[in-house]
Amino acid sequence: MSAKKVKEKKGLDKYPRTLLGQFYRTMLTIRSFEKKVEEKFLAGEIPGFVHLYIGEEAIATGVMANLTREDHIQSTHRGHGHTIAKGADLKRMMAEIFGKREGCCKGKGGSMHIADFSVGMLGANGVVGGGFNLATGAALASKMQGKDTVAVVFFGDGASNRGTFHEAANMAAVWKLPVVFVCENNQYASTTPYRTTTSVEDIAVRAAGYGMPGVIVDGNDVFAVYEESQKLIERARRGEGPSLLECKTYRVKGHFVGDPERYRTKDEVQKVCESNDPIDRFECTVLDGKLFSREELDAIKASAGKEVEEALEFARNAEEPEVSELFADVYA
Amino acid sequence: MREITFSQATLEAMDEEMTRDERVFVMGEDIARQGGIFGQFKGLPDKFGTERVKDTPISETAIVGAAIGAALTGMRPVADMHFADFMGVCMDEIFNQMAKIHYMFGGQRSVPMVLRAPDGLINQAAAQHSQSIEAWFMHIPGLKVVIPSNPADAKGLLKSAIRDDNPVIYFEHKALFSTRGPVPDGEVLTPIGKAKVAREGSDVTLISYSHCMGLSLKAADILAGEGVSVECIDLRTISPIDKETVLASVAKTTRLVIAHEAVKQGGVGAEISAIVAEEGIDFLDAPIVRVGAPFTPVPFARPLEQAYRVTPEKIAEAIRGLF
Repeated sequence: MSAKKVKEKKGLDKYPRTLLGQFYRTMLTIRSFEKKVEEKFLAGEIPGFVHLYIGEEAIATGVMANLTREDHIQSTHRGHGHTIAKGADLKRMMAEIFGKREGCCKGKGGSMHIADFSVGMLGANGVVGGGFNLATGAALASKMQGKDTVAVVFFGDGASNRGTFHEAANMAAVWKLPVVFVCENNQYASTTPYRTTTSVEDIAVRAAGYGMPGVIVDGNDVFAVYEESQKLIERARRGEGPSLLECKTYRVKGHFVGDPERYRTKDEVQKVCESNDPIDRFECTVLDGKLFSREELDAIKASAGKEVEEALEFARNAEEPEVSELFADVYA
Repeated sequence: MREITFSQATLEAMDEEMTRDERVFVMGEDIARQGGIFGQFKGLPDKFGTERVKDTPISETAIVGAAIGAALTGMRPVADMHFADFMGVCMDEIFNQMAKIHYMFGGQRSVPMVLRAPDGLINQAAAQHSQSIEAWFMHIPGLKVVIPSNPADAKGLLKSAIRDDNPVIYFEHKALFSTRGPVPDGEVLTPIGKAKVAREGSDVTLISYSHCMGLSLKAADILAGEGVSVECIDLRTISPIDKETVLASVAKTTRLVIAHEAVKQGGVGAEISAIVAEEGIDFLDAPIVRVGAPFTPVPFARPLEQAYRVTPEKIAEAIRGLF
């Protein structure tokens, strides 16, 4: 295995408090948003298919802290966390998930097809592996336009088995495009353990096949994700080409809300929740380092929770689309 | 009027649009160094450079996907599919991404791009290099599909496609590239969604497009000698279909024949037949007739390919049966 392993970072003195606060707030906002979505889906208020990002919050948070609004991201069917971390409006997101006309996609997309172009979020994708090549194209445009923006595409261990990955990785590498491929290896491709369907233990080693760096990071450590993605994003920004960051994580929720999860034991999930929760780990680190007090963290938590509550209220009270809107936006 | 080839007409369209708008670029296999396998890109890289006329890996999925991503972020890409048959390789990008992004994201961003798709029978290229698959795409909301039959429309439709804010699939029949025809000097813009009455007539409406349009006009010549006046309509765009022109002609002639090179089953002719049956059945004095390829893959051997082809005589024979 040629890909490089990165250990958890403990030197926190270089982190400004505002950035630490931002990490915590973003992770908590995602967690709180997703819990609310789960609750309302199970209560029958949210239609369609919903895939939750719970337990993977450190990845979106750490990566996005290195991006500007002008940078582009391509997301997945599990896209709420990416969308929140990229800075999308929570109210319009929640309204979209509820299928309301005030939603960011006017109620035409829903959870699996959420997008907010105003913050450079080019879309979730209902097709696993559908985003790779679109990100390559956004990076190509950036290069042709003489900009220094980058494109980041998030994908799962399952998507790394799609041919789209191969074609995008080769094209990005041969054209030296500013793309960072961020693999969220959450151990399960839909309901199948990735080891039973994937030829390598580490997705990052596949980068070598395209002549690009492949780096492995602890995906539940927001500091590690932030630092390693920063190197790769800045490298892309400097025109040095694409790279692959594999974030090792774990999907603590089912593939979709309502998944009976017959493919694993409750015990397996419980262990991860107790020992490797990204938010718990962040709290321990900053409390141990005396960077934040418990009260300060609680205040951030309460504020994030309130924002999600407000988004929920907005979504519930928003109007459904008029039937005439069926025909709107088929063509530009 | 000056006469140029279909291929030159597409080249002029590319040249003019790339000059007019620096966001326009083209990528595909064999287009820069080789100039396209039908010579349809010759000279373009000399003028615009190999960044705007890009040779790509043989990766249709990456080509179309990257074109979509670039279209979403401020460019106006043209992607060459090499052979229309290869669109099966990148079908997800075409119908789940390119066609749907504007709608499913609530109109936040349009996808202004063109897929150029050389199609049709040529040189006995057989099953995987000869197909006419245009009907697949008229079933997909969000796409526009154009299909010129002559150099003037080849130029005018390509320019209109590049300027359109929607994804447009531009089918260009391989056997048409070397054909010549009049093309006006100056700006040529053929409207998308507008059919053309290519030949006026009074006894029967014959609808066609692409290479088969020329065969249809020949059939009309044959029948003129037999005293049958055929009105030929060049559809030019198959999605959205110009129903108005079709229905007006059928109202006048009371008979309808549709001819295309593609397989008859589930083809464009089926859709036009259904439109006329639904909205113009009272106009008709005879059953609607479709002329298309048999329901087989395209065969290789000469006699088999000849039997597969639509010909002017086959079209004429179908029309004779209506009287």
